[in-house]
Amino acid sequence: MIATMTPEKHSAGWPAWFTDEQARAAAEYEALPAPTRRDEAWRFADLKAVSTDGFVEAGDASDPAALVVASTGVPAPAARLVFANNRLVHSDVAGLPAGVIVKPLEQAAREHPEIFREFFMAQPVELGSAKFAALHRAKVHTGAFVHVPAGIRLEAPVEIFHWVEGERASIFPHTLVVCGNNSSAGVVDHFRSADGAPACACAVNDLHLSPGAALTYAAVQDWSPETLAFHLNSTVVDRDARATNLAANFGGRFVRGESLSRLVGEGSRSEMFSINPLGGTRQIDQRTLQDHAAPNASSDLLYLNSLDGASRSIFAGLIKVQTGAHRTDAYQKVRNLILSDEAEANSMPGLEILADDVRCTHGATSGEISEDELFYLAARGIPRDLGRRLIVNGFFQTLLERLGDPALREWLSASIARRMGV
Amino acid sequence: MSTETKPDIAIDRSVGDFSYDVDYAYDAGVGLTEATINYISDVKGDPEWIRQFRLDAYKKFLEKPMPTNWASRDLENIIFENIRYYLAQGQQPKRSWDDVPEEVKRTFERLGIPEQERKFLAGVEAQFDSEAAYSNIKAAVGEQGVIFVGSTEGLHKHPEIFRKWFGKVIPTGDNKFSALNSAVFSGGSFIYVPPGVKVKHPLQAYFRINAESFGQFERTLIIADEGSEVMYMEGCTAPKFETATLHSAVVELVALKGAKIQYITVQNWSPNVFNLVTKRGLAMEDAEVKWIDCNIGSRLTMKYPGVVMKGRRARGEVISIALAGDGQHQDTGAKMIHAADETTSNIVSKSISLGSGRATYRGMVHVPRHLKGCKNNTECDALLINSHSRTDTYPAITVRGQGNACQHEASVSQISEEQIFYMQQRGIPEGAAMSLAVNGFVNDLVQQFPMEYSVELKRLIELEMEGSVG
Repeated sequence: MIATMTPEKHSAGWPAWFTDEQARAAAEYEALPAPTRRDEAWRFADLKAVSTDGFVEAGDASDPAALVVASTGVPAPAARLVFANNRLVHSDVAGLPAGVIVKPLEQAAREHPEIFREFFMAQPVELGSAKFAALHRAKVHTGAFVHVPAGIRLEAPVEIFHWVEGERASIFPHTLVVCGNNSSAGVVDHFRSADGAPACACAVNDLHLSPGAALTYAAVQDWSPETLAFHLNSTVVDRDARATNLAANFGGRFVRGESLSRLVGEGSRSEMFSINPLGGTRQIDQRTLQDHAAPNASSDLLYLNSLDGASRSIFAGLIKVQTGAHRTDAYQKVRNLILSDEAEANSMPGLEILADDVRCTHGATSGEISEDELFYLAARGIPRDLGRRLIVNGFFQTLLERLGDPALREWLSASIARRMGV
Repeated sequence: MSTETKPDIAIDRSVGDFSYDVDYAYDAGVGLTEATINYISDVKGDPEWIRQFRLDAYKKFLEKPMPTNWASRDLENIIFENIRYYLAQGQQPKRSWDDVPEEVKRTFERLGIPEQERKFLAGVEAQFDSEAAYSNIKAAVGEQGVIFVGSTEGLHKHPEIFRKWFGKVIPTGDNKFSALNSAVFSGGSFIYVPPGVKVKHPLQAYFRINAESFGQFERTLIIADEGSEVMYMEGCTAPKFETATLHSAVVELVALKGAKIQYITVQNWSPNVFNLVTKRGLAMEDAEVKWIDCNIGSRLTMKYPGVVMKGRRARGEVISIALAGDGQHQDTGAKMIHAADETTSNIVSKSISLGSGRATYRGMVHVPRHLKGCKNNTECDALLINSHSRTDTYPAITVRGQGNACQHEASVSQISEEQIFYMQQRGIPEGAAMSLAVNGFVNDLVQQFPMEYSVELKRLIELEMEGSVG
């Protein structure tokens, strides 16, 4: 387990009942077995890469002010929180409409205990990382709490930055978003490394949408290529609410992403997107669940991987339609664009259907860039290498069209194009 | 609804639902120990290497865990110590119909084997419990040099071919049940088709289980030599019994350069049978292995026919139809292992879940590193009939390196109300309309079966659909 450097800091700002809970979570973490090869939730995973041994809790960041300056994302966000090495180092919430709460997690636990207790890590961890969720709960220092009350529309997204710095440092980013009835909001989590040192991030985000709410959430992950990261998401969507969740993974040595959408109200909709340009020896291991518990709900998943170098991807997705969830409309698709001979893509798109009046479809494709496309570009004077990058860029850009928030879309589009060098 | 459709069905449901008392000449008793295996080897007069093979397999069987980390927990209901592992009517397969014991004949007659025989079938190898009790190969097939015998006879009379391939496509330790089969196998077919021989008529074997708590462990090995072609058909019916029976076969196919093997199965075990089967084919250069698999019966079937495409341009295909009725779980699928350049594979799976039935598709497609021009196409469609029916799809696709293409598509739907309405408007009762729609759903796959099988299949589907709506 990750060694605690500064135990006294741990309890700072948290109510006593929460620190008790953390002690229980630490015991739970110790008691839970590490993933094994026989574990279906870890099939194909490189288990050696998952070890959290040797990491220490991050100390204070050396220059928080510089990190705050570097915390730029979508222009003109509604609010901005910056965390560095498990500490809040900047908060700008002055521009928020009345009633909207954006504050550190521990403060929310003290000031809004009933909301906090109802929603904080309330969803069971079903996709394999129960042990790492327990680690997160035991170790979480702070995080972002976003509450949008009923009927309020946030025009610009709330942005949250999580930085890690230091050799073998570990951090525990947390974002909890609670959207009231018929509210509308956007939240962007940025995950960044201040240096290239090996680090460990164990992040949790939970999104709760009350009836009629609309939320666009994006996790833009840009860890250093030496980082081990766990990103555990749960999204609960109530009646007529609509959630859009995008995970863009640009960095990390081994990234385990778990994303669970629970459709608990009639007419709810959840969209789950992911963009993963992979290269080098990077590995991404994503497990998803579209859990249809209510009738007339719809979900749509589209995950895109491009694999260069000796990179490796795992996608295991499940559409689960529970008894009585009639007229479910669920879709799931993973596309792997393989760019090198050393890359490897594993796809496990799954369906479990227990209701009869449903429409569920899934698809998985693995292929390469077509020679025809490269020839078409070459005939127009575009060199082969640039042509390849243009095609990969286009592969990802098509997904962005599905994002509702124009500011986020444009920012991400430019960000992807820049990385592709086009 | 059900009462309206019943008179239309031309099948006697009691066919296959009977058993006669038979004096079992050899009986290894209940449970499995090394002594049981030695007993089987003694009775069958196994050569020493087969005895050793069985004993090694037994150890592997004990070592291997149950695959309940991914498979149904229903497997835990198999009580291995309550099962009979060997039971034989006689030692040598009977050559002429007159030699077949009267009781056995009665059973076969109810299955219609003599009629089948009179038809165009090239050879009938009917398996009554563990030993082939009746075996007859048409002279024409024999003249071509085709060997079509029971596995025991194959290993005694043709050891030079048998030993070369036996256990090579499916290693003993492939899974717990292939190890079990390797330890106690008896019965099954051995077929060798010489180079360039194209067997015109399908070879056919009937299998039956006829003793309570008796597991059947047949072992089939088919070798198609260079440029040859053969089609093999396997169909089963089993009587109903109170306690669960276990059926765990191993089928190995070897298609040498340019050869073609088609293996057709219609599985209709009674709903208390655990049917846990390992089937795999090896396709060398330009060879083709095609599995056509239809599962209608059994309590739990776990069967994922596979093709290892070992030679350039080899081709693998699995066509799968599964019908899961009340209390049944059809856990079927396919495995495609691409091990050479330009190999292609195709999987088409259609399943229907009725009542409390559960149909599962499990697939594996593997394209290793540094191969070029491999292609896989997978399509699975599932149809749900009732609100408490269940269907699952669990494919796993691994592609390493560029230059290959894999695509997988699956859909789950129900019969459209408009279709039913359209037919009802034209005077077709709802039950019959449902039956028609289901037959339409699987029609393109049923077409791939030989004619008499496709007719039988359509009737079986109608029979299963009976009373499922209304």
